Amino acid sequence: MFDMLILILDSTVRLSTPLLLACLAGLYSERSGVFDIGLEGKMLGAAFAAGAVAALAGSAWAGLAAGIAASIALALLHGFASITHRGNQIVSGVAINFLAIGLTALLGQAWFQQGGQTPRLPQEARFTDITWPFADSLRDVPVIGGLYSELFSGHNLLVYVAFLSVPLTWWVLYRTRFGLRLRAVGENPAAVDTAGISVTWLRYRAVICTGILCGVAGAYLSTAQSAGFIKDMTAGRGFIALAALIFAKWRPVPAMFACLLFGFLDALAIRLQGQPLPVIGQVPVQVFQALPYILTVVLLAGFIGRAVPPKAGGVAYVKERT
Amino acid sequence: MRKIAALGILMAGSILSASAFAEDIKPAVAYDLGGKFDKSFNEAAYTGAEQFKKESGIDYQDFEIQNDSQREQALRRFARNGMSPVVAIGFSYENALAKVAAEFPDTKFAIVDAVVDAPNVRSVVFKEHEGSYLVGTLAALASSSGKVGFVGGMDIPLIRKFACGYKQGALAAKEGAEVFENMTGTTGAAWNDPVKGGELAKSQFDRGADVIYHAAGGTGIGVLQAAADAGKLGIGVDSNQNGLHPGSVLTSMLKRVDVAVATAFGDAKDDKWTSGVYVLGLKEGGVDWALDDNNKALVTEEMKAAVEKAKSDIISGKVEVHDYMADQNCPF
Repeated sequence: MFDMLILILDSTVRLSTPLLLACLAGLYSERSGVFDIGLEGKMLGAAFAAGAVAALAGSAWAGLAAGIAASIALALLHGFASITHRGNQIVSGVAINFLAIGLTALLGQAWFQQGGQTPRLPQEARFTDITWPFADSLRDVPVIGGLYSELFSGHNLLVYVAFLSVPLTWWVLYRTRFGLRLRAVGENPAAVDTAGISVTWLRYRAVICTGILCGVAGAYLSTAQSAGFIKDMTAGRGFIALAALIFAKWRPVPAMFACLLFGFLDALAIRLQGQPLPVIGQVPVQVFQALPYILTVVLLAGFIGRAVPPKAGGVAYVKERT
Repeated sequence: MRKIAALGILMAGSILSASAFAEDIKPAVAYDLGGKFDKSFNEAAYTGAEQFKKESGIDYQDFEIQNDSQREQALRRFARNGMSPVVAIGFSYENALAKVAAEFPDTKFAIVDAVVDAPNVRSVVFKEHEGSYLVGTLAALASSSGKVGFVGGMDIPLIRKFACGYKQGALAAKEGAEVFENMTGTTGAAWNDPVKGGELAKSQFDRGADVIYHAAGGTGIGVLQAAADAGKLGIGVDSNQNGLHPGSVLTSMLKRVDVAVATAFGDAKDDKWTSGVYVLGLKEGGVDWALDDNNKALVTEEMKAAVEKAKSDIISGKVEVHDYMADQNCPF
C-alpha cells in the first residue's frame, strides 16, 4: 500500500510539472493586470519549437532555448495587442491559442513531413532523469528510502526547475521592488504611474516572465516527458493551469498545491484504472476519468471561498491627459 | 415499398458504375483521428496507398480529419469530386459512410474495421484476436516475471477484442500468467495521447509487468517509449513498429490495412471491384506477427517454434481464439 502511494506521488510530480510551470507563468501576467488565456498556445508553441530544434541540433538545451524564445515571442505578441494597443486581453489570448494550434501543425508538416509531428528524439537530445547520490543504496531503507529514491530522486532537471520556481516566484513577488510594483500595477496602475514608473514597461516585463515559464513548460512536454512534439500535445493543460491559478487565488505557494492536486487526481485515475478497490470492488474506468472534473466543481463551489482577481486585471491602462 | 425501390436503384447504379469508372480511377483515402503518420493503424493505410501509387502510377487524394464532424464532409467531398474508390479508415466512419454511400450510389466505397451494409461498399474487417493471440504467446514466453500488460486506446469493443485475444494467447503459453489491462480513455483523443500512454505503461511496469502490448494508435508511441526508457519490452500494433526502438520492441501485431487499401485500389483499377464483407484472419494473411532484423535477437528459437505452432493450430482450426465482439465478453 505504501509502495503504491509512493508510486502515485511519483507520477503526480511528473504530471503536475507542466501545470505548475504554466500556472506560475499565468501568475506573473495576471498579477500585473494582463489576463492571459493564451497559456495553452504559448506552451504548445514552445513544445513545438523545443521538439523541432532539439531534433535538428541534437541538444536538449538548444531545444529549451528555442522553446523559451518561441514562447516569449508569442507573449510579446499578446503584450503588443493588449498593452500597447489596449486590445481586449481575452480575444488576444484566444487568438494566440488558435495561432499556435495552426502554426505548429503547419510548420511541422512543412519541415518534417510527418503529419505535424517532429522526429522522435534520441536519448541525448532529451532531458533525462537525474539520480541523486545514494538513491540506489538507500532504496531498501523503509519509508525514507522509498521516499528518497522514488519521490525526490530520479526526475529530470525541468521538474526540479519547476518546483524551485515556486519559492523563487514568492521571493520575487513579495520581497523585491519589482514584485511590489508588479502587484501594484495589477491593482491600481494609476498609482504606479503617479509614482513615475512606466506601467507599459512593467507589464511588458511581466508578460516576458510568463513567456519564459511557459517556454520551460512546453520544452518539458516535448523534450523531457515525451520524445518529440505531437500535434495538440498540450491537451488542455494550459486551461487546467488557469483553473489552478484561480483556485490558488493568484498566490505562488497555493498554486503549487493546486497543481499537485490536479496532478494527483490524474495519476490516481491512471493507477487505479482496472484495479479492484477494497470494499467497493471493480469500478468502471469512467468514474476515475471523471473524478478530476467532479472535484473541480465541488472545490470551486464550496471550499475555496471567493477568488478575487487583481483589480485592474483585464483593463488596459489609459494614461489620463488633461 | 419505397425502401425496396431505392435499393433497386442503388443496385442498378452500382452495376453501371462498375463499367463507367473502370479505366481511369481516382482513388481517395480518408484517415482516422490518429493522423496519417501515427506509425501504426493509419500509417499502414498510407503505406498501402503509396504502394499502389508506385506500382500503378495513379495518384490518389487523401484527407486527415481533425474532428468527428468532418467525417461525413470528407467522404461527401471526395464523392462529389468524382473520386472512386473512396476508402475510409477506421470504425468511426461507419455512420458517416452509411449515409454518404446511399447518396452516391455510383461511387465505390470501402471501409476498414467496420461493416456497412450497402451495395456499393466493401467492408474489410480483421480477425485481430488471432494476431493478438500470437503476440500474447510471445509476450508470456519473453516475460520473466510472468506478468504482461496491455494498453488500449479508446475503450471500445474492437480494442477489447485485441485485449481478449492477447490474454488468451498469454494464458495458453504460460499457465497462471497475469495480464494487466488498461484503456487510455473513452473519446477519440485516446488515440493521440502519448503522455498518458507512457504513464499507463509505467504504472504496469511498477506492478511487475515486463512486456506491454499496445493497441492505441498514436498513444502507443508513448507506451513503446516508456518501455524503451525502462529497459523493458513493448509490442507494436498494426504497422511493423519493431524499428521504432530496436531491441526494445519484442514484435508487432501486423494488421494488413496496407494490403486492404492497395487491393481496394487495385481491384477498382483492374475492373475486379466487388462489394461485400471481407474478413481477414491469419489464414488469409490479414494479420500476422513481425520478425525482422530489429527484433531477431529478442525472439529465441523456442519462442519462434511455439508461435509458429500456435499459428498453424489457429489456421487449421485446432485452436479457436475467442472473438470478444461475438458476445461482448472475454471469458478469460
